[in-house]
Amino acid sequence: MAFLELKKVRKGFGAGEKRTQVLSDIDIAIEEGEFVAIVGYSGAGKTTLISLIAGLLRPDSGSVTLKGVEITEPGPDRGVVFQNYSLLPWMTVYENIALAVDQIFPNWSPEKKKQHTEKYIAMVNLSPAREKKPGELSGGMRQRVSVARALAMEPQVLLLDEPLSALDALTRATLQDEIERIWEKEKRTVVLITNDVDEGILLADRIVPLSAGPNATLGPSVRVDIERPRDRKAINHDPRYKEIRREVIGYLLGDGGRKRVKVSKTLVLPNLLPEDLDAPRQWFRGRQPRRRDEIKHEAVEIGS
Amino acid sequence: MNKTKFDSILLPFVGIAACVFIWWCVAGKPVTKQVRDDFGDVVTVTSRVGISADLPGPIETWHKTRDYILKPFEKRGELDQGILAFTWLSLKLVAQGYCIALLVGTPIGFCLGLSKTFSKIFDPIIQILRPVSPLAWLPLGMVLFSSVKISDAAGHVLFGAIDAAALFTIAVCAMWPTVLNTAVGVRAIPQDYLNVAKVLKLSRAKTLCKVLVPATLPYMFTGFRLSLGIAWLVIVAAEMLTGRPGVGGFLWQQYNAQSFAHIILCILTIGVVGFVLDRLMSVVERRFKAV
Ligand SMILES: Nc1ncnc2c1ncn2[C@@H]1O[C@H](COP(=O)(O)OP(=O)(O)OP(=O)(O)O)[C@@H](O)[C@H]1O
Ligand SMILES: [Mg+2]
Repeated sequence: MAFLELKKVRKGFGAGEKRTQVLSDIDIAIEEGEFVAIVGYSGAGKTTLISLIAGLLRPDSGSVTLKGVEITEPGPDRGVVFQNYSLLPWMTVYENIALAVDQIFPNWSPEKKKQHTEKYIAMVNLSPAREKKPGELSGGMRQRVSVARALAMEPQVLLLDEPLSALDALTRATLQDEIERIWEKEKRTVVLITNDVDEGILLADRIVPLSAGPNATLGPSVRVDIERPRDRKAINHDPRYKEIRREVIGYLLGDGGRKRVKVSKTLVLPNLLPEDLDAPRQWFRGRQPRRRDEIKHEAVEIGS
Repeated sequence: MNKTKFDSILLPFVGIAACVFIWWCVAGKPVTKQVRDDFGDVVTVTSRVGISADLPGPIETWHKTRDYILKPFEKRGELDQGILAFTWLSLKLVAQGYCIALLVGTPIGFCLGLSKTFSKIFDPIIQILRPVSPLAWLPLGMVLFSSVKISDAAGHVLFGAIDAAALFTIAVCAMWPTVLNTAVGVRAIPQDYLNVAKVLKLSRAKTLCKVLVPATLPYMFTGFRLSLGIAWLVIVAAEMLTGRPGVGGFLWQQYNAQSFAHIILCILTIGVVGFVLDRLMSVVERRFKAV
């Protein structure tokens, strides 16, 4: 039996006419200690999927199990790094992490809690910023606090929802290295949501594409059998890398791509002509630029 | 002096000067005439002329109220004190009523914001009670607290039905902005913060004091500020009807005595104090919003 397992999971929002079926027939089994990356379009339902695993949402049908036990509510055994950091803005970096530590290890002595908190702040290189509020931090720093908080909970599963999407390429690379280092060291089960296939290949053991919504579902997994540690530069020339990339992107653009939609729209073209200096001046109105409306109807096919 | 400073300091004075000028134009001016009376004697008769003949002009008002302003803390009698002494009495009453309003209003606001059922049950009642004027609450307060009487050893009443009714009126009227703003604030807490509490499995008490209250504070303070404004607004009505010493009580007494200069003094005092209170609250509010 797999460590973390989703079976025939369906999830939709709304009711009646407005109901959208976001996820359908999600099947995945994740082993203990495995690093899985889920790649998909924006709005496909990636956050919804993570929320289901976290227990913040319940599936409409199907089951989500951890070690064979149905997940019915959120719990500290699944640490989440939310897409929008979700730090409490009235607490300092230290307090944000200490809140988690306090809650999960209530029996520890104050010194031990403090040590533990400090350790994880140091791990993401934020010791100098420990007394700062999230509002005073850059996006990347907030992201790191969020990662540190999740790690400090020492969860069995680490759920990362696009933890690096808001960052510039440079910071992103640094944090990717950090995530890999931490994973190597602690060997937690990690589910990483990302919209960047390269990031998935660099970090994960396995990449699973999520097709475009509505009715998004998981495509065939692609195993990333490239030696670790993976070098960001060297990996580009690895033939296996190119193959994996082609497979994942092929699925996302092909079977899992956006459904073709025909949209007809009306275009009103800019209707301002330059002022005509030779036109006679009219009292009170000056020389009016002449206007002409040009309307065009067209049907556009969206999607590939 | 640069332009913005000029604008923000001088322009308000232009406005004030304009108002004083209009006041002066409208106010009655004493005119002294020599008239031959029925007996053929020449007597001087002073009469007031003007659009509002009985309204004293700015300078006249100053002369008549000088005593109250220049000796602001003097106590000549229960209803004849310096203006700041009256203000202090009013502020004390407002502070008490305001505290009650906050202590009662904030929890109600939290309940409304947290529970859909609670808000469905009580929302109509709140919407009905909210627009009721302080003048209407006071008599009810008198009836409700008619048996309240705390006296000291000498038999002086320290806290009677009238005081209870005044506090009740202030509290009930001032409560609503706090209630409603707190409720809105609780409903506006981003789902993210609640998710954090859920993932960490914070207990109810901990969720309340670590997440809900801090996240709602900015809204609560907006409510507190509006509440303070209303509490101060209500004080005049409460004091008028109960005859308690204070700015409002003084105003009512002076109206009965047809002493219009003193009424103007009271109005200006109430306005200035209200303005200062609002400024103070906005400073506090800004501190909490900066978080
Ligand atoms: N609470 C909700 N109520 C209604 N609809 C929702 C809710 N949460 C998500 N959705 C819908 O579900 C779909 C998937 O949303 P989701 O946030 O999971 O996408 P995502 O893949 O995480 O997108 P992104 O990459 O932009 O983060 C969207 O169409 C969204 O409108
Ligand atoms: Mg998302």
